[in-house]
Amino acid sequence: MKNLDYQQIDPQALATPTPTPPPRPLPEHKPRRARRKWEVFPGKNRFCCDGRVIVARQCGVLPLTLGLIVLTSGLFFIFDCPFLVEHLTGCIPVIGGVLFVFVIISLLQTSFTDPGILPRATPEEAADIEKQIDNPTGSSSSYRPPPRTKEVVINQQVVKLKYCFTCKIFRPPRTSHCSLCDNCVERFDHHCPWVGNCVGKRNYRFFYTFIVSLSFLTAFIFGCVTTHLALRSQGGNGLVFALQASPASALELVVCFFSVWSILGLSGFHTYLVATNLTTNEDIKGSWSGKSGNEDVGNPYSYNSIIKNCCSVLCGPMPPSLIDRRGFVPSDDSVQTSPVEIDLPAAKNDTNMERDCLDFALSCAG
Amino acid sequence: MATEFHNLQELRHSASLANKVFIQRDYTDGTVCKFQTKFPSELDSRIERTLFEDTVKTLNNYYAEAEKIGGQSYLEGCLACLTVYLIFLCIETRYEKVLKKISRYIQEQNEKVYAPRGLLITDPIERGMRVIEISVYEDRGSSGSSSGSSTTSSSGR
Repeated sequence: MKNLDYQQIDPQALATPTPTPPPRPLPEHKPRRARRKWEVFPGKNRFCCDGRVIVARQCGVLPLTLGLIVLTSGLFFIFDCPFLVEHLTGCIPVIGGVLFVFVIISLLQTSFTDPGILPRATPEEAADIEKQIDNPTGSSSSYRPPPRTKEVVINQQVVKLKYCFTCKIFRPPRTSHCSLCDNCVERFDHHCPWVGNCVGKRNYRFFYTFIVSLSFLTAFIFGCVTTHLALRSQGGNGLVFALQASPASALELVVCFFSVWSILGLSGFHTYLVATNLTTNEDIKGSWSGKSGNEDVGNPYSYNSIIKNCCSVLCGPMPPSLIDRRGFVPSDDSVQTSPVEIDLPAAKNDTNMERDCLDFALSCAG
Repeated sequence: MATEFHNLQELRHSASLANKVFIQRDYTDGTVCKFQTKFPSELDSRIERTLFEDTVKTLNNYYAEAEKIGGQSYLEGCLACLTVYLIFLCIETRYEKVLKKISRYIQEQNEKVYAPRGLLITDPIERGMRVIEISVYEDRGSSGSSSGSSTTSSSGR
């Protein structure tokens, strides 16, 4: 029987591109345009303005949100404000204007800011982590899926860090992988279809400002329109007359009535989350509520003071974006390019291995 | 096998990358940015333990300063809230200022301490603040050395 050498596949050789011979001095046909990192970004995001603006691939109902807000506010300023300025005070359009500006700007910031996306691991990093995972389990001859969690003690609480198979990293605490955007997001709160983006560490304060100012705006418009209709229907005219005189107010009333409850509810819920330093994700999963009857479970990230929690979430330092959208892709090593290219050497090695196995089998048989 | 390099350029041109060592994050204090100070065994023969620990501790201090929640960050936060966060488009935040200090520090450490020993530190911000990547270089002249990489190729005897 032939004695074939079976070379174990070296994960480092897999990860780093096959050692190429020194590049032959080929004449350069034309200088390749240096690509920016956003052009090779592996997640499901779209970029505008040469990488300055980031949006999720599915923008959800963001146009609807914007449309409703602009339409309702527009109708308010056009149809209700003149009457109210005449009969009440000129402050009304000013307050409405300020609230409207707050709402629109914070909405756009929530939608177009990087929520705290963690860039995926470079091939060397991924290989290093694989090595660390494989080592404790001993020999890799019988394939057993290695344990993909790491435990860490934070503030006397045991926190499990899960391994993300897409990004090839152990997720930091409070980080979660959003399947819609295909990214790991730090301090992941939720993916909001109304703003068309994930809400995470970097844009939570914009989101909170948005919902709070929107609840004020909705309540304000609702109050003003009700006052307007009440004033018009005075003097024996009746509500029907008032509605006929100002039909736009009816539309505003309906929109505001149905949205004010849900938005106020959402603001209240998020105020509670801010005060206890929780994320929607943790609250829904009940990570710290001690569901299993363990009384010692508590939120390890909370400062146990409402004011300190609020300040740290809303007034804390603004972390930088980690994905460096406008940086240039380095041309010397190809490690920053999209995962498709990284998978190819693995596939090639697999087919080689298959061929070797087949050859070996045939040689054994005959 | 002390490989002597005099500056970073010489390192890059006359050395080949042998291995990369990754210093992972230390999450015991929560989500603040902090790196483990455990000395990796691959660097045992390359650099003194104290120098390495000093570098990591200084970096940790810088990150703690950037993420500190105190008077200045509250002021910045409240001012930003009043201007609907448009102020972030105009001024440089404290975090960004500290990040610049960090990259200057890393550059200086590379030039003075690490490059002469055939090592190179990559700024963690380029790796998403997940790891401190230390590249280990080998002099191209000494091709026979195993360079401490842990390949497990079991070729025939």
